[in-house]
Amino acid sequence: MSDGDLALLLARAQFAFTVSFHFIFPAFSIGLASYLLVLEGLWLKTGKSHYFDLFKYWLKIFAIAFAMGVVSGIVMSYQFGTNWSVFADKAGPVIGPPMQYEVLTAFFLEAGFLGVMLFGLDRVGRGMHLLATAMVATGTAISAFWILSVNSWMQTPVGFSIGPTGQLLPTGSWWDIIFNPSFPYRFAHTVTAAYLTTALVVGAVGAWHLLRGHGTDANRTMFSMAMWMLTLVAPLQIVLGDLHGLNTLEHQPQKVMAMEGHYRSYPNGAPLYLFGIPNAEEKRLDYAVGIPKASSLILKHDPDAPMAGLDTIPDDREPPVAVVFWSFRIMVGLGMLMAALGLFSLIQRFRGRLFDSPLLHRWALLMGPTGFVAVIAGWVTTEVGRQPFTVYNVLRTADSVAPLAAPAVGASLAAFVLVYFAVFGIGTLYILKLMAHPPHAHEPDLADAPLRTAGITPAPQVNGDADKRPDMREGAA
Amino acid sequence: MTPDPTISIIFAFVIAFAIAMYVVMDGFDLGIGILFPSFTVGKERDAAMNAIAPVWDGNETWLILGGGGLLAAFPLAYAIILPALYAPLIAMLLGLIFRGVAFEFRWRDPAHRAFWDGAFFAGSLTATFAQGVALGGLLSGIRVEGRAYAGGWWDWLSPFSLLTGFSLVAGYALLGACWLLWKTEGRIHDDARRWATPLAVATLASIVAVSAATPFLENRYFERWFDWPGILATAQVPLLVTVVAVMLFRSLRKGHERAPFLWTLALFGLSLAGLGISIYPEIVPGSVSIWDAAAPAKSQLFMLVGAAVLIPIILIYTGWAYWVFRGKVADAGYH
Repeated sequence: MSDGDLALLLARAQFAFTVSFHFIFPAFSIGLASYLLVLEGLWLKTGKSHYFDLFKYWLKIFAIAFAMGVVSGIVMSYQFGTNWSVFADKAGPVIGPPMQYEVLTAFFLEAGFLGVMLFGLDRVGRGMHLLATAMVATGTAISAFWILSVNSWMQTPVGFSIGPTGQLLPTGSWWDIIFNPSFPYRFAHTVTAAYLTTALVVGAVGAWHLLRGHGTDANRTMFSMAMWMLTLVAPLQIVLGDLHGLNTLEHQPQKVMAMEGHYRSYPNGAPLYLFGIPNAEEKRLDYAVGIPKASSLILKHDPDAPMAGLDTIPDDREPPVAVVFWSFRIMVGLGMLMAALGLFSLIQRFRGRLFDSPLLHRWALLMGPTGFVAVIAGWVTTEVGRQPFTVYNVLRTADSVAPLAAPAVGASLAAFVLVYFAVFGIGTLYILKLMAHPPHAHEPDLADAPLRTAGITPAPQVNGDADKRPDMREGAA
Repeated sequence: MTPDPTISIIFAFVIAFAIAMYVVMDGFDLGIGILFPSFTVGKERDAAMNAIAPVWDGNETWLILGGGGLLAAFPLAYAIILPALYAPLIAMLLGLIFRGVAFEFRWRDPAHRAFWDGAFFAGSLTATFAQGVALGGLLSGIRVEGRAYAGGWWDWLSPFSLLTGFSLVAGYALLGACWLLWKTEGRIHDDARRWATPLAVATLASIVAVSAATPFLENRYFERWFDWPGILATAQVPLLVTVVAVMLFRSLRKGHERAPFLWTLALFGLSLAGLGISIYPEIVPGSVSIWDAAAPAKSQLFMLVGAAVLIPIILIYTGWAYWVFRGKVADAGYH
C-alpha cells in the first residue's frame, strides 16, 4: 500500500470513528431536549410536581450528553478542512453556506439558552425558563435540519456546475440545493430515529426501576410516556424508512443494490434476501435465504417488476457490498423489534399491566441501547453506500482527501481513539450512574443557590442533607 | 459565478469579527482554566468554575463560526490553512474536549474531582498554546502548490510560533484574571488581583516581542507597517497600545474591578488590528489573497444576508444570557 493510500484509509477511519462517536450524543440530545420541553410544559400546565422531578432528573443527564456532543462536534467542523481539504475547497461554495447557517441559527441558539436552561431556574421567571428550554430544543432540530441538508446534498447533489478550477459552484437556487431530493426523507427518518432512541433510553431506565420495585409516580409516568412514543412512532418510522428507501432507489440505485445484496439483475422480479453472505470475489450472495419477488413488490409495488443489479454498475462505482448489506439488516431488524415492543406495551397497557409485566420491562430494558445501534447502522448504510464518492457521482473519496502524510493522520487517529474511549466512556458511566437512581419525589434543585453550585447536583448526593451542593460537601470533606 | 471583490472584503471582516469575538470570549474562560491550579481546592475553584459555567459554550461557538465562515466564504483558504496547521489544530481540539467535559464531570464525581480539575487546566493550556502556535505558523508563511498545502507536517513549528504560543497563554490568563476581578469577591478575587499585574507585564512583553519579530518574517509585513505614508496610520497602533497599557496598570493599581477587563479587551483589539495590518489583503500569508480564495458571489451573498440579520440577534440573546447571570459569583466561604 502506498503512503497516499494508507493516508486515505487512515483519514477515512478517523472520520468514520469521530463522526460515529459524535452522532451518538445528538441522537440522544435531539430527542431528550424535546422531552424536557414536554416535561417542563406539562409541569407548568398541570402543576404536578412529578413532572418537575422528571424534568430535573433528565436535565442532569442532558447536561452531560450535550457537553459531550458539543466537544465532539467541534472536532467535526474542523475535520472537513484538516483531513478533507480538497473536498472542502471543491464543495465549499455549495455546502459552506448551509453549514454557516447551522452555526448562526442552531449552535448559537442552543449555546445561548443552554446556560439559562441549566442554571437559570431561579434567575428568570418560569415562562422565560420554558422559553429557554424551547430554544434549546428548537436549536437541536434546526441543527439537524442544516447538517442533514448538507449530507443529503452530498448524496443527491443538484443545482451546481463545475467551475474552471474544479470547484462545484452553486448555479441553481439555494432552495433546490437545500431541499435536494433526498433531504426531506433523510431529515424525517433521522429526527424520528433520534426520538425513538431517546424513548428507548427513557423506557429502559423506567423499566429498570420498575423491575427493582420503584413504582413511583414519576417513574411510571416516564415509562408510560416512552412506551406511547414507541407504540406510535416506531411504525411511523418503518413507513418513513420505506419512503426513504424508495427515494434512494430512484437517486442512488447502487446503494439499494448493495443493501439488497443484488449482485445480479432480476428481469422477472427480485427476491428479498433475509440472509446471505456477500461474496465480493465471486460477486454473489452465498447461503442466500430470500423471499421470491418480495424485493420487487416492496420497492416497485409489483412482484414481477425487473430490477437491475450490481452487474449493471461499473466496478469502480460500486460501494462495498458486505458492510452495507449487514448494517442495513441490523437497522431494519432492530426497527422491527422496536415496533414489536411498542405493540406489546400497547397490549399490556390495555390489559392494565403496563407497570406489572416483568417480561415487558425486561424487554424494554434490553432494548435501551438499541436505538444508538440502529442509528449508527443506518448511517453506515447510507454513508458506505455512497462510496466510492464523497459527492455522489461527482467527487471521489480518493480525490477529496487532504495532502497529509500517513504518520500525521495515524497519530491523530490514535489520539482520537484513546481520548474518545476514555473521556466519553467515563461520561457514559456518569450518565449510567445517574440513571441507576430512580427519579425522586424531590429531585435536588438545579441551582439552589444562583450560580454557586453550577446548578447540577449529582444524584448520589441525595441523602437528606439540608445542603446538597457539591461545593458545600467538599468544604466538609 | 465569480467572486465579488467588495463582498469578499466585507466577508473577510465578518470572519475577523468572529475570530475577535472568539478570542476575547473564550479567551477569558480558557484563561481561568490556565490559572485554575493556583486556586485553592474547594470553594475557590468552584467559584472560578461558576464564573464561566453558564457562558463557555456560547463563547466557544464563535470558534465554529470562524472556522465555518472560512469554509463557506473562502474555501480555498480553509483547504490550505487547516492541513498546514494539522498538529496544533488537532491538539487544540483534544484540549477543548478535556476542558469542555470537565465543566460537567467535576461535579459528577467528587472522588475524582482533582483529576477533572487537572484536565480542565491541561485542556485549557493545550488549546490556548496550540491556538497561539497555529497563529505563529500561519504568520510564518505556508507553502502552497496549485490549490493545496505543499509543506510537511512539522512546518508550523518555529521559534516564532512558540513565541506566539506563549504569548497567547499570557494574554488569555490576563483576560481570565481580569474577568475574575469583575465577577468574583473574596479570596479568589484577591488571588486574581495578585495574578493580574505580572500577567499584564507578560502580555505586554509578548506584544512587544511578537510585534518586533513580525515585520522581519516577510518583507511584505515590513512594507505594510513602515512604508510612507501608511506609517502615519500604522504608527497609531503602538501609540494606542502604550496608552491602553498605562490605563491598564493604572486601573490595576487603583483596585478597579471592571476597568482592567475592559482595558485588556482594548489591548486584544489593538493586537488583532495589528495582525490585520500585517496580513491584509492576504488570507494565506505569502500566497493567497482574499480575492483568490473567495467563494462565488452567490455563496457569499447568501450568507451575508443571513449574517447581517442573525448576528445582531445572536448578540442580543447572548447579551441577555450574560445579563441573567450578572453580578458577583457568591463565595460561600466569605460571609
